[in-house]
Amino acid sequence: MSEHRVIDAKNTYCPGPLMELIRHVKQAEVGDTLELLSTDSGTANDVPEWVAKIGHELLSSEQIDDVWHVTVKKVK
Amino acid sequence: MKILVVGGGTGGTIIANNVARRLASEINAGRASITMLSASDRHMYQPGLLYVAFGQMMPDELYRDQASLLESSIEFHVDPVGNFDPGNNRVTTASGQVHDYDLLVIATGSRIMPKNIPGLNEGAETFYTEEGAIKMFKALREFKGGRVATIVGVPHKCPIAPVEVTFSLHDYFKSRGIRDKVEIKYHYPINRIHSIENVAAWAEPEFRRMGVEYETLFNVEEVDVENKIVKSLEGTEYQYDLLISIPEHNGVEAVINSDLGQDGWIPTDRHKLTMDGHDNVYVVGDTTDLPVSKTGSAAHFQAEVIAENIASRIKIGTPVTEYDGKVYCFIEAGHDKATYAMFNYDFPPDLKEPNKSMHWFKVSYNKMYWTSVRGLL
Repeated sequence: MSEHRVIDAKNTYCPGPLMELIRHVKQAEVGDTLELLSTDSGTANDVPEWVAKIGHELLSSEQIDDVWHVTVKKVK
Repeated sequence: MKILVVGGGTGGTIIANNVARRLASEINAGRASITMLSASDRHMYQPGLLYVAFGQMMPDELYRDQASLLESSIEFHVDPVGNFDPGNNRVTTASGQVHDYDLLVIATGSRIMPKNIPGLNEGAETFYTEEGAIKMFKALREFKGGRVATIVGVPHKCPIAPVEVTFSLHDYFKSRGIRDKVEIKYHYPINRIHSIENVAAWAEPEFRRMGVEYETLFNVEEVDVENKIVKSLEGTEYQYDLLISIPEHNGVEAVINSDLGQDGWIPTDRHKLTMDGHDNVYVVGDTTDLPVSKTGSAAHFQAEVIAENIASRIKIGTPVTEYDGKVYCFIEAGHDKATYAMFNYDFPPDLKEPNKSMHWFKVSYNKMYWTSVRGLL
C-alpha cells in the first residue's frame, strides 16, 4: 500500500527543503508520494532538477498562498 | 514530580542543569527530582573532532567527566536506554532498570551510519568519531599528492562541516607545501554547494580562488574500494586517492526499536518541542525530526526553551515560551579566519565577511563550551 507523506519544510534554511526531500525519499518505499511544502522560491526549480536527474517522477508543482507544494513519486 | 532526562550530550546536559537551578527549592523540598541516564561517563565536545583530524587538538582535550558537569542535585546513572514506553511513562535501561517519569526529555542524539553505503566504511576517512578523526589525520600526514574527494550523506550532523573540512584541506596541504600536487573535489547532495544560499554564494568564489572543484547533485550510492571510485545515485562517479566522508546519520537504536520514529528521528512539534501525541515528552537536538540543523547550537537554544517550560509547568502549570528555530553556527573558513550564520524560522542567515577575530572567538569557544554546557553561558 503506497503512502502519501507531507514534508513541512516551510520557513527553514538549513538543511533546507531539497535536503529534507532527499532524506524522506530515502526513507520512502517505491510507489510512495511525497508532498514537499516550502516557502523557498528556489524550490520550484531545485526539486524538478533533482527529480529529473535521479529519475523519480514529478507529479505536480504549484504555489498556494506563498507556499510551494511540490509532489514527487518515488519510482525506483 | 519526576523529571527523567535520557541522554547526556549538549541538549540533555543543558536542560538538566538549567532545570535543576530553576527548581532548586522544589528539589530541596522533595517536590521534584531530576534523573539523567547516559550511555557514557564522559562528555565529548564533538565540534573539536574536526581539529583532531587536522592535528590541531588532541583527543583528550575534547572530554570532561559527565558527572563533573552536572548540578549536584541531579541523580546521574551511566546506563544507556534500552526501551521507551511513552504510553506508560516508563523507560527501561539496557541493564534492565525501570524508570517511571512525569516529564521525559529525550536527548539521545544521532550516530553515523557508514554501513548504509556499500564500501564507505572501508573506503573513506571521516572525522565524526575520535577513532576516525585520528585515522584521518594519519592518512592526511601520509598523503603525498593526488585526488582528494569530499562526499556528504543525508541527513548529517553539522551542516557547515562539508565546507569547513574542504577549506581546512586546502590550508593543510598548502601549509605542507604540496597543495599544487593535490586536486580537491567537493561533492554535495543538492544543486548548490551549500544548503544556506548565502553560504553557497560566499563559498563558490572561495572554492574558485583556492582551486577547489565541485560537483552538485551528488548523492553517494556506493564506494568501489578496490578501484577507488565513488559513485552517485545521479549516475556520475569520481576516481579518488583519498576519500573524506561526512556520513549519513540516524537516531539511536533504542528510539528505532521503540517505534518512536523512522530512522530514529522523533516527530516533534517545531515550536513546543514536545513529541507528537505526548505532551509530557520533550525532544531536543539531533533526536527530533525537525527540518532544523543537527548541531549543538540548535540543541542549546532548544534546551533553554525546554528547561524554561519544564520549570514553568511545575511552578504555574503551563509552558511559557516556544522555540523560534534559532541556530547560530560558527563557520571556519580555513585555519586562520571564520564567520558565522545565525537564523531562525523567520529570518534567513545574513553571512558576514570571514575575519581573524571570529576565528579566535571560535577557538575560545572550544574552551568556553564547558561553561555553556553547565548552563551558565
